[in-house]
Amino acid sequence: MSETYTTIIGLEVHVQLATDSKLFCGCSTRFGAEPNTQTCPVCIGMPGTLPVMNRRAFELALRTAVALDCEIPAFTKWDRKQYYYPDLPKNYQISQYDLPMSQHGHLDIRDPKGAFATKRVRILRAHLEEDAGKSLHDEVAGKGDSLIDLNRTGTPLLEIVTEPDLRSPLEAKTFLSELKLLLTYIGVSDCNMQEGSLRVDANINLHIPASSTDPPRPGCPSDQGKHTIATPIVEIKNMNSFRAVERALEYEAGRLWHEWQETHRKLGEVPKLTRGWDDVAGVTRGQRSKEESSDYRYFPDPDLAPVTVSPAEVELVRGSLGELPAALRARLQDGFALSSYDADVLINQGQAVVVYFLEVAESAGDAKAAANWVTQDVLRVLKETNTTLDSLGLPAARLAELIRQIKLGDVPGPRAREVFQAMIERRVDVAAALESLGIAAVDESELIALASKLLAANPKTISDVRAGKAQAVGALIGQAKKQNPNIDPTRFREICLQLIETAL
Amino acid sequence: MSLSRVEVEKVALLSRLRLSDAELDTITADLAKIVGYVDQLAEVSTEGVEPMAHAIEITNVFRDDSSSESLPREEALANAPHHDTRGYLVPAVLGE
Repeated sequence: MSETYTTIIGLEVHVQLATDSKLFCGCSTRFGAEPNTQTCPVCIGMPGTLPVMNRRAFELALRTAVALDCEIPAFTKWDRKQYYYPDLPKNYQISQYDLPMSQHGHLDIRDPKGAFATKRVRILRAHLEEDAGKSLHDEVAGKGDSLIDLNRTGTPLLEIVTEPDLRSPLEAKTFLSELKLLLTYIGVSDCNMQEGSLRVDANINLHIPASSTDPPRPGCPSDQGKHTIATPIVEIKNMNSFRAVERALEYEAGRLWHEWQETHRKLGEVPKLTRGWDDVAGVTRGQRSKEESSDYRYFPDPDLAPVTVSPAEVELVRGSLGELPAALRARLQDGFALSSYDADVLINQGQAVVVYFLEVAESAGDAKAAANWVTQDVLRVLKETNTTLDSLGLPAARLAELIRQIKLGDVPGPRAREVFQAMIERRVDVAAALESLGIAAVDESELIALASKLLAANPKTISDVRAGKAQAVGALIGQAKKQNPNIDPTRFREICLQLIETAL
Repeated sequence: MSLSRVEVEKVALLSRLRLSDAELDTITADLAKIVGYVDQLAEVSTEGVEPMAHAIEITNVFRDDSSSESLPREEALANAPHHDTRGYLVPAVLGE
């Protein structure tokens, strides 16, 4: 069944920009304040007030647009989008209509597990607008009233709209993860979905191959020359995690397929529908259609001056972005020979961890070992102790030194983790950690002497090995460890076998 | 320029205004006159004139991103027809 149609998905993402104050006034944007304690005459739409744009908000929007490879028009303006809703005190939202600040960008996505080929998702536009307030339904349940909190009103949002280039719920989820990674890397938003800093609406429909039972309608220009039939588009809202987006789209694709089989209704034959995702029930539900409200009667906001951006300013922003996640991923894989998995683990931890890894890898001269130590041990300790790299007490140079000394044999491999732990707990270098643990490197001559002594005392082991049972040496390793806990068991085993062979 | 009753009904709905039949008659006539008045602008030839986005030719008016004091909540809520001292109370917002 899954081969019988193509799923077409486009996303609208609203990202809260990381400013201290709102887009058009000085009210704080801090999350979690008591309702209606962060408002002023400007953001609650009192007559006679005038909005003035937050420079930082525009800069962050520009930064994002450039990172998404968007075209930045030289001239942009703001428009009023008119509609009536209790959480919109001015009865219009200041948004951008026909001259958005950026358009025609793209973001490349890939699946580490290879479920889909690397693809370029086109960004239709990204524009800067203000947020609305919040309706708190639950708190006054039973009273028949809704409580409106206008703290969020006027918070700067960047609305990012993709072209309908996504072909599966997994691609949609991957796009969102990659977008979040990019936005957090360039520091424009914390992208916290729980606090509403990142919100996603999804548009979905199906393209079904035209079959003999449903040929193109004669005389209908839109059907001619087409080999597929498009079903009506549904917009899904209320998804509170990337996983929820994926699940909602999976559910909706199936629902649209069933609906198509029952009704054979095509795109354009019914108005666009809005459905809300119920995460607990795992279904989408129809929402009241706003058939008339799509007439927003946009016009330029006379209260705000347009903004011009020169090509030189755009280049300045481009130069300040630093290495973006996609380039960094390529460098880790090509330059450091890391697996796609290791590269992703490092990048998803954020810039600080990547910088730390690069220092360790370059100084230790062994990227694979550096990746193993950072992704397994360092990240585990950070998680267990709920701390950051800065306060971990293990500078990159020290971890690199540990890796080098393990390689040189100065730190016995089997006890390397103890040394690592001691270095963190005592905040010391390798030498001090070895000393505190009483670990001394065992040199080759000591190992040979120990092996000779134990072999002499265990003639049965020698005869067993000679009879082809090399694993008999195992018994000696245990004894050797008791005599000197620092020995490298692998090397000790090799020496024993060599001695038995040369003694022939 | 004529304005139909259906158009006025639509604008009224978009503005959340409930108008009686008599009001619709009066308002349709009044609005038609207003639109006709503004429509005189169409007599001017705008051939070769670039559209403008703003009446005053200034651009890039910004403020710094620093937060300032907000209104005390009781003042913010003072003019609301209904409130519970924490927030504005409105007829239940359903259908979402």
